[in-house]
Amino acid sequence: MKLTETPHYDQWKGFEGRIWKEEVNVRDFIQKNYKPYDGDESFLADPTEATNQLWASLQMLQKEERAKGGVLDCETEVVSGLTAYGPGYIDEKLKDLEKIVGLQTDKPLKRAFMPYGGVKMAVQAAENYGYTVNPELKKIFSEYMTTHNDAVFAAYTPEMRLARKTHIVTGLPDTYGRGRIVGDYRRVALYGIDYLIAAKQEDLLNCGCGNMYDEVIRQREEISAQIKALKGMKEMAAIYGYDISQPAKNAHEACQWLYFGYLAAIKTQNGAAMSVGRVSTFLDIYFQRDLAAGLITESEAQEMIDHMVMKFRMVKFARIPSYNQLFSGDPTWATLEVGGIGMDGRSMVTKTDYRFLHTLENMGPSPEPNLTVLYSSALNDNFKKYAAKISVTTSSIQYENDDVMKPVWGDDYSICCCVSATQTGKEIQFFGARANMGKALLYAFNGGFDEKHRIQCGPKMERITGEYADFNEVMAKFDFWLDWLADIYVNVLNLIHYMHDRYYYEAAEMALIDTDVRRTFATGIAGFSHVIDSLSAIKYAKVKILRDEEGITTGFETEGDFPRYGNDDDRADEIGVWLLKTFVEKIKRRHTYRNSEATTSLLTITSNVVYGQATGAMPDGRPAFASFAPGASPSYGAEQNGLLASLNSVAKIPYHWSLDGISNTQTINPDALGHSEGERVNNLVQVLDGYFDQGAHHLNVNVFGLEKLLDAQAHPEKEEYANFTIRVSGYAVKFIDLTKQQQDDVIARTCHKAL
Amino acid sequence: MSDCIGKIAKLETFGLVDGPGVRFVVFTQGCHLRCKFCHNPETWACEGGTEWTAEKLFERAWRYHNYWKDNGGVTVSGGEPLVQAEFVKEFFRLAKEKGVHTTLDTAGQPFTDEDPFYSQFCELMEYTDLVMLDLKHTDDEAHRRLTGRTNANILEMARWLSDHGKAMWIRRVLVPGISDDEEELRRCRAFIESLNTVERVEILPYHTLALGKWKELGFAYPLDGVPTPTAEEVRRAEELLGITPTEPPSKAADILSPKCC
Repeated sequence: MKLTETPHYDQWKGFEGRIWKEEVNVRDFIQKNYKPYDGDESFLADPTEATNQLWASLQMLQKEERAKGGVLDCETEVVSGLTAYGPGYIDEKLKDLEKIVGLQTDKPLKRAFMPYGGVKMAVQAAENYGYTVNPELKKIFSEYMTTHNDAVFAAYTPEMRLARKTHIVTGLPDTYGRGRIVGDYRRVALYGIDYLIAAKQEDLLNCGCGNMYDEVIRQREEISAQIKALKGMKEMAAIYGYDISQPAKNAHEACQWLYFGYLAAIKTQNGAAMSVGRVSTFLDIYFQRDLAAGLITESEAQEMIDHMVMKFRMVKFARIPSYNQLFSGDPTWATLEVGGIGMDGRSMVTKTDYRFLHTLENMGPSPEPNLTVLYSSALNDNFKKYAAKISVTTSSIQYENDDVMKPVWGDDYSICCCVSATQTGKEIQFFGARANMGKALLYAFNGGFDEKHRIQCGPKMERITGEYADFNEVMAKFDFWLDWLADIYVNVLNLIHYMHDRYYYEAAEMALIDTDVRRTFATGIAGFSHVIDSLSAIKYAKVKILRDEEGITTGFETEGDFPRYGNDDDRADEIGVWLLKTFVEKIKRRHTYRNSEATTSLLTITSNVVYGQATGAMPDGRPAFASFAPGASPSYGAEQNGLLASLNSVAKIPYHWSLDGISNTQTINPDALGHSEGERVNNLVQVLDGYFDQGAHHLNVNVFGLEKLLDAQAHPEKEEYANFTIRVSGYAVKFIDLTKQQQDDVIARTCHKAL
Repeated sequence: MSDCIGKIAKLETFGLVDGPGVRFVVFTQGCHLRCKFCHNPETWACEGGTEWTAEKLFERAWRYHNYWKDNGGVTVSGGEPLVQAEFVKEFFRLAKEKGVHTTLDTAGQPFTDEDPFYSQFCELMEYTDLVMLDLKHTDDEAHRRLTGRTNANILEMARWLSDHGKAMWIRRVLVPGISDDEEELRRCRAFIESLNTVERVEILPYHTLALGKWKELGFAYPLDGVPTPTAEEVRRAEELLGITPTEPPSKAADILSPKCC
């Protein structure tokens, strides 16, 4: 097929618009065809018998998985790939009930063998759960191939290895897939694979003018790999009996085609975050067409969404223990967005946005997909209230401010991880790790001598030797270490992403993204609140430094009171704004791989626990090796004036300096939120409106009390806790799947309750 | 008058059960009652607290107006706010200048028809949209035993509010064996029904979460051993007071006991 003339597919009958037919342009298709829905949730349908049966079957498997220590089954003989397996189903006996098909392997919840990121880790992950990978495979990937992990370590400098060891930079994607790349999976449904291949072939033809520079050579190879992946997707779908070479002709095919696109990604990559993207408004156009033609009922429409979501709930990767400590609870960040408002001011909420949220009622709470409401106080009340109701009853969803993201990313962005936005099909992220600001502050006191590992990390600098901390001296030395940290962090990431492109390229995902892609370089900060409060203590109170016989800080004694971040006190909050701006400017100054645009984030997932464990006592009173507060959240116990004061502090952080996200997690006791469900819903909507109208970026909302957490920790076997889902920094988890330490951490910062 | 100083025990930016909607709640320092079930005994002493001018305090409150929308606002609770009636009046006056809804959460103990209090009170009422009045007990003798003071002037204040068309929510802390007997609840209901402006009647089940605070302050806890009321006892009391639950409690609330931290 050649794209010299506009193709006319019968499958497009009834769809408006022209540009999206002439070029790959899903946004144009959506804008020309979607119908906003401003009614309430009363149209929604209950689960069908098939949904109930399949979900019951899947829940049995999940129970078995938990009983086996977290992994149900693990591949040891086959290397994962698009066509590595024959068809797989949730339950062989129920396979005819599955409206949307396709598994990562041949069996449900079985974890694939994915060695390209690093074979040692892939083997270790299997061994950790009692499986032995075929030694032949191990040999091939160790002796005859270079994995991403091999290549990165071959190039690391001694200083980079040290920074990694001391955890001043932690969570580097140097042993597994980097993730955070969202293919525009809708393209498979709208265009079919043949059109997409033709478009990429045209790009290949136009790539370079014949002169072979590094960039041209690399891009030509990448486009070829993408075309190969597209062909592989067709074969993969054929295994399940579908021909996806042409566009989807109805809603069922649209859901299935789209899912095949996503399945291709999770069969080939084990990135930390494998997000689905913004698909609801797109799919709604197909549902509308079929419903209007009388081809399907509401119940059938809901069934397709339920079954698709069931698949998103099943995404699994084999991980090593240290990974699980960092990202506790087996998350995959199959993030999926609903809501939002278009550039033209029309609400993008459709019935399918309701249908996705409704899966949490039809099949109960669940951490995945990571359902995200793109929020604006201008969304209509019906939708805001329905989302709030889902929060109050399931604590499974998060909110992000469409009003601050839309001006930056337009109205067709997807959340590519926990909270970070990228333009769908037009942009990717080079992401990784966080800079440990808390440790950098301690390096300022100790001249770069690591307080935990007892080694010099970075250049040996002058220490602070006075009995009391002097604000100006601390700031001058801290500035040096921030600069050093920004430098090593950016360079480690440059190296990692160079190697990832080379040895673990995301051909399937990139095949569904524009060839002329925009790249951002997303860094992150950990220990934010503790550094703010520490600097505030030094500035506004008197901080005495305690040291061991080697002169290294062991603790701090503070005399007098000082303002803390989280109380809407400008004196403390301004330190936070300064800290963010200072660090992001230091990042932006540096060269970033493939001329990507540097951004930063205040989000830590659950890694706040691990970063804290690696970091000594700080002047804010945080004891040595205790957890950090997550993301941009204020420190535990710092908030003295209630939830809204805390929210106002976080809302002061300018999104444009932290474009990769500012995550905030709050837990509200249901009794503090109102007397009845109706009151709770209305009050929560007011909190969200008030918070986001001030320009805040993100909020995780949990609605439950401390007793429930304590009981769930003591009695994880209780039926009612099997799916008890809570929001942590940027994602949701089943509480009972968290490590004991993570559970304690969550308990410690629960909750907002006025006495 | 904006430099009028108040003594403030605590601020809560997210009060959802202290009046309608989302509210900024100011807990004032100082109260003359010594209720045996008090959950804020640290606010009894008239000394202490943080000093705020009415103007600064309202500036602080106004930071949260985004969250109030059309039904929230400010509440002054305590302690006993009427101990600092002049200050509360000034705070509410500033609130009304901006059209903010004002609620006074009081037990009415300082009420008297003598000046200077009475004229301050009358002026305060001009700036008050809603009064939440705690009726601890309607029997004077029992009221004295429970709180250390008479209830005569408190009932008088309720009457005054009714006569002056001031909207009221009546609240009753339900303490088993002390303020929950049938005779008392029927008498209380009759009194409430004799008032013209009561919009809502609420039961606040007695809880023991303040025990720690009593100990910290070195006070002996007089209700040691008194149990918290069961859900059944609360329902019975609601029935006797003629309260019809507005909405059945949600699932989430069923799982949880009422207070957590």
